[in-house]
Amino acid sequence: MSAVLRIESVSRAFGGVYAVRDVSLTVAEGETRAVIGPNGAGKSTLFNLISGHLVPDAGTVSYGPRGQWRRIDGLPPHARARLGIAIVFQGARLFGGMTALENVMVGAHARTRHGFLAGALRLPGQRREEAEIRADALAALERVGLREWAHRAADVLPLGQQRSLQVARALCARPRLLLLDEPASGLRAAEREALAQLIEGLREEGLTTMLIEHDVAFVARLADRVSVLDLGAHIAEGTPEEIRADEAVLTAYLGEGVS
Amino acid sequence: MSDFLQYLISGLAVGCGFALLASGLVTIHRVTRVVNFAQGMFAVVAGLTAGSLLSAGLPHGLAEVAAVAVAGAAGLLVGLIATGRRGTSAQSALIVTLGLGFVAYAVEIMIWGDNPRSHPGLGGSVQFAGAFVQKQSFLVIGVTAVVFAALWLFFNRSYPGKALSACASNPYAARAVGIDVTRMGLVAFALGGMLGGTAGVLLTPMLPISYNSDVLLITNGFAAAVLGGLNRPGPALAGALVLGVAEAMVAGYYEAAYQTVVALALMLAIMIWQSSRRTALQEETAR
Repeated sequence: MSAVLRIESVSRAFGGVYAVRDVSLTVAEGETRAVIGPNGAGKSTLFNLISGHLVPDAGTVSYGPRGQWRRIDGLPPHARARLGIAIVFQGARLFGGMTALENVMVGAHARTRHGFLAGALRLPGQRREEAEIRADALAALERVGLREWAHRAADVLPLGQQRSLQVARALCARPRLLLLDEPASGLRAAEREALAQLIEGLREEGLTTMLIEHDVAFVARLADRVSVLDLGAHIAEGTPEEIRADEAVLTAYLGEGVS
Repeated sequence: MSDFLQYLISGLAVGCGFALLASGLVTIHRVTRVVNFAQGMFAVVAGLTAGSLLSAGLPHGLAEVAAVAVAGAAGLLVGLIATGRRGTSAQSALIVTLGLGFVAYAVEIMIWGDNPRSHPGLGGSVQFAGAFVQKQSFLVIGVTAVVFAALWLFFNRSYPGKALSACASNPYAARAVGIDVTRMGLVAFALGGMLGGTAGVLLTPMLPISYNSDVLLITNGFAAAVLGGLNRPGPALAGALVLGVAEAMVAGYYEAAYQTVVALALMLAIMIWQSSRRTALQEETAR
């Protein structure tokens, strides 16, 4: 399988403390990659280095959908979004004062062709595009089970639904690489199941997904491969079965009750 | 009674000018979270530019539109200097806009001198229920109504308006969905410049302006904008109209010299009242 993301010797420190230290990993096209590790292992930092919200102190991040490789570690986040990288943050990072549907529609910004003026003047081409985006946004809401919330204010949604709304917003961008930072936290059992099925569906469609998750059963079910971070270092990588048997991983998790 | 009506309408007109200025502040703050203290400068630059263009022989309409465009360019320039560098905080940008406002004094004095200037607007007045009202007043009120309706449509009904609002609401997530937040901020600054410029072009025929007229304008515009937490054009419009009318009444029945004092007192009262609530301004200073 060809690769889509290559991270080489990436480090990032905050105030002299390494959050991510000399991490190298490669993600294959169409793969679902879980990133696990104890709290403070640097998982979210790693995602932010991929999305561009953080810049590495050292190392390179290269992105190559369909073999078109380019270094992206110098690009700002909006430029990376336009290359097809979408992220769902751990916290509820929604656009307040807008409906759920509008939030998802803004998610399509990365692939809009029509410029600012066309939108402000509501030129015909832009209106057509806006109608398409609206349809896509409704479909994305349907997919995460929020169709009936479309016209409600996004900030009144329960926390779990706000996360799902972020997933819909990311899907509306039609990404090539989807980063999900603990998408299942705060969800009830039925909602977790729905999310798992959604992620499975995305894998069947060939979408490359990276997933930060604590729940071992969830990871074992969804992930093709697992990367384990501990204290900023990439200590192990393999299939979920291999990782379960890995000595270094067990040591890292000791005391967390995971076996 | 006719005096009252006359003061009322001219007060509303001046209030509309303040409202336009305030809407520029609101637009910029809404998108960038920067309180732009150079906002009054846009009005002064546009007012003085319109006067110069008219004396150079440009016809009415064209001169005013060109002056508003110049103010838009000034807005873009202020935005570039204050927020162009990635990672500039809203607070340091605020200080930069304050500094730019003073730099602009020097430039304005170099170009136009330091005497108040005016240019003819819509000349003449109409008799209206026993009061003589300048036609320019009606023009200001009409333009303001149209501008506010357009702003409302833009921010609430158009896709680019949503994208602009998204920047202010959550810049972090806005970047993640592919919005160039810095560029959107510059768009807001240019728009804010044009709104301030519109205020200047419309007010100058009623109140002659000089380089330091921005103090009066920003005082009133800021007081009005604060009423809407610096984010909502509607309350800003209401606040600006109250200020305009109150000042016209003070100037009409008492003494014109007191009208700035009234504006300042009202602004302080609004700010003290607002500071007991959680407002954008409070968050700004607390960060």
